[in-house]
Amino acid sequence: MTTTAAYDEEGERDVKVLITENLRIDLETEKWECRSCDAPLIGARENYKRGLLVHNRDPREIHKPLLDPTKYELTYAPNPEWCRILEYYCPKCGSMVETEYLPPGHPPIRDIELDIDALKAQWKDRPELKEPPPDKDTRRRGAHGGQPAARMYTGDSK
Amino acid sequence: MNAPVTPEQQAMLDRFVRQNKLFYSPDPAIMENHRIEARSEIEERLLSGPVDAHQVNEIRGLLTAALDESNTMIEQMGAAPGAKWGDMTTGIFTASGDLSMIAPYGVGGFAAAVFYPIKFVNKYWTDEPTVGVREGDGFIHNDARYGGIHNTDQSMMMPIFWKEKLVCWISATIHEGENGATEPGGMPAAAESKFDEGLKMSPFKVVEKFELKRDLVTFLQNSVRDPKLQLEDMKVRLHSCLRLRERVIKVLEEYGEEALITTLRKSIEDVVEEVKRRIRELPDGTMRTMSFADSTLRESALLKLNMAITVKGEKITVDMRGSSPELLNRSINACQGSFKTMLYSGWMQNVWPDLPFTMAVFTPFDFVFDEKSIINGSFDTPQAMSLIPLFKTMTIASIPMAKFNYGLPHRYTAMVAPQYDQPATLIYGGITQHGEFTGNFCADINGMGQGGRSHRDGEHSVSPPFAAHCDIGEIELMEEDLPLVRLGAFTLTKDRVGFGKQRSGMGYEQIHTFRGSAMWGYMTGCSGSLFPSSQPLFGGYASPTYPLCKIKNTNVFEQLEKNPEKVPFDIIKLMNEQPIEGATYSTHPMAMTFELAAPGEVYMMCQGAGGGYGDVLQRDPALVMKDLEEKLISDDTARDIYKVAYDPVSRLVDEAGTAKLRAAERKARMKRGVPYDKFVKTWNTPEPPVKLPYMGCWGDDVSQVYGVMLGQRVKMDGKALQSQFMLNPKDVQIAALQAEVAALKKVTARTVSKRKR
Ligand SMILES: [Zn+2]
Repeated sequence: MTTTAAYDEEGERDVKVLITENLRIDLETEKWECRSCDAPLIGARENYKRGLLVHNRDPREIHKPLLDPTKYELTYAPNPEWCRILEYYCPKCGSMVETEYLPPGHPPIRDIELDIDALKAQWKDRPELKEPPPDKDTRRRGAHGGQPAARMYTGDSK
Repeated sequence: MNAPVTPEQQAMLDRFVRQNKLFYSPDPAIMENHRIEARSEIEERLLSGPVDAHQVNEIRGLLTAALDESNTMIEQMGAAPGAKWGDMTTGIFTASGDLSMIAPYGVGGFAAAVFYPIKFVNKYWTDEPTVGVREGDGFIHNDARYGGIHNTDQSMMMPIFWKEKLVCWISATIHEGENGATEPGGMPAAAESKFDEGLKMSPFKVVEKFELKRDLVTFLQNSVRDPKLQLEDMKVRLHSCLRLRERVIKVLEEYGEEALITTLRKSIEDVVEEVKRRIRELPDGTMRTMSFADSTLRESALLKLNMAITVKGEKITVDMRGSSPELLNRSINACQGSFKTMLYSGWMQNVWPDLPFTMAVFTPFDFVFDEKSIINGSFDTPQAMSLIPLFKTMTIASIPMAKFNYGLPHRYTAMVAPQYDQPATLIYGGITQHGEFTGNFCADINGMGQGGRSHRDGEHSVSPPFAAHCDIGEIELMEEDLPLVRLGAFTLTKDRVGFGKQRSGMGYEQIHTFRGSAMWGYMTGCSGSLFPSSQPLFGGYASPTYPLCKIKNTNVFEQLEKNPEKVPFDIIKLMNEQPIEGATYSTHPMAMTFELAAPGEVYMMCQGAGGGYGDVLQRDPALVMKDLEEKLISDDTARDIYKVAYDPVSRLVDEAGTAKLRAAERKARMKRGVPYDKFVKTWNTPEPPVKLPYMGCWGDDVSQVYGVMLGQRVKMDGKALQSQFMLNPKDVQIAALQAEVAALKKVTARTVSKRKR
């Protein structure tokens, strides 16, 4: 679903840009927001993780041993001395915003670092998306690229 | 200072250097350039004027049909197991060697690697008086250092001439497997130098006047364990090329060479323009991710693949600095040409699957590597098991690219969490029931689970991460040729998916044994037994880890004869219940160098699952019930992970109860979660844990990289990586045992002296 967002007094459009399944950026307030509860988290130019809660999870709690740990060292569960799960929660609603599998003590990475000014320029004329566009299964028919590619070559797609 | 040289002197000097070159090693000018060449003179003339787009499309259609036909010929006639499951392709290239089109159901990665050796032939053999490139010639190649994925893949490359001018190149590639390496099957984990890798064919001429040169074929047959396979598939590749050539000649007769040249070049130029347009659509910024392999295939170690993708305007920069340093005596290095090819393959499966398959897609891309890193390995490193980093390479971009693509007004495909990314299959070797030597690998490599997707769950055991259409073959056919017997195959089992709002697809169980051979053995070359392989997306969970399980010192066939009901074809039951008395049960990392087995001993492993997508608490409870019904998860998982309340008998969901459980879990998360800034103060450590054999940068900072040298941790400047050298695992084991013996001796001596007193 797309809507055209309103312009505010300064002529800036109050557009929210979807970034992940759980996060979006409000271009006017320049804030990361939780998509589950709409809460603003932290400035859009910051590492969004700084606006979240973190929990250091023993991976065996999620990937439980399937083989008897009294009989075997390897059980289908990750080794907690090699791997931990960092779970990132929205502080307002408890949604799981991100997970990160890391060796113990490995500093979390800054996985998303956007140029906010470029983002504003890019969305100046784009209609806002409240939800991502519906996904379809990609199918190739007959050839790599199929008919869409053929149209691209003949110029019929433009 | 010397007087400046005249052009004549320079030409003479160049000629002298060219004629007295000591060794034509891989040319960095070719191997480090993934972009399409500048237009040739004729291409410039043809494409600077108006182009008949409809004619281009017509010729594309004819070439596509021809490529499909020649690829089908390989599939029908090829002897290599790989050819039967789709591990092959045919392709057509411009005269300069740029890949223009591949067979519709071909493995794109193969063709996307073959442009390197074609450019090598163009550059070095065309004017070399002892070689030359002429009508009727064909060139063979398998060494990944000259372009390729790994040395199991053999290519036939053939120039096509028209009116005595080279107009294009065509190729046929098959994953052959056996290549005379130190272990059977062509992917030796035990290779400690490149000289353990078997056949290392730099591009050379093996066909003249459209015929295989039998002296060279004999030399190649004499260098591998399966001479029948070598001959047969060289013939298959040649004849597939010859058929393709016939079709291209027809196009030349009907439309003329200008139309063909225009089509081949226009195809790749259009793709470059389209890719630039797609990059401009993306937000500017940097997305980072990483992926860990937990094995060198000889010892457990945590090797990092570190990736930062930056989009700016119409450029993408792929920065792989901070990845693990290369290993001089382990076979899991890859050169940057192979890395780019595999990154490209995964990109075309997960990011832009709708684009025509040509390496031109990467022309607007820049790459940054550390020298001597595991994915920019130097010439002397062994690369026979490059699949370890390369399979990860195929899936690693899924995460950062999903973050770039998620909010676009138009999507080219659904967002997808990484597919399972390790070659989880048995590689076998020995004497068959027909008395023949063989070595190759099982098709399970093509049965990996897909990651969860934005619009639906991942598919089970769907394909390898490099080609969506590859098949897993027929067990019955394999059992006719080989002594292998599958007690369990293609079985989906419980609690081995990546959990999430959209769960991943699962990988299936494989229970192997053999009979009817006097000598038979296995190896496996796979990481992911300690640290999960497939990373999740947007808050999902990863795949689990997978062990290799063995039941030794027994013959399962005797048990099956005596007490068939006592032997379940299920890894968990077999291992936990240990129903075969007197047998030895053990688990191991999924990395095993070649070992001989006894008939009836059992080797078991599991294909892997992809990563989960999104928060488990957002999974539709009805889908959780479906997972239960399909026996993909246990009741424990439904309750503990997905927090669904339901009647365990009728599986009727208690909506209110579920909402309550989930709200309680969200509350519990908020209670146990620590604000990030506070968390990192206690979590972050300045260095990797002392006991962890860690390889790569620590955190985002790529200026320092950790590695291991002869058992000791070393810290290196990221700009000046050193090759790692590992101790012999047997020496490590002997040293540990000796220390144990010494300690025991001390205890005994003390006891004896006490007694004497
Ligand atoms: Zn929230």
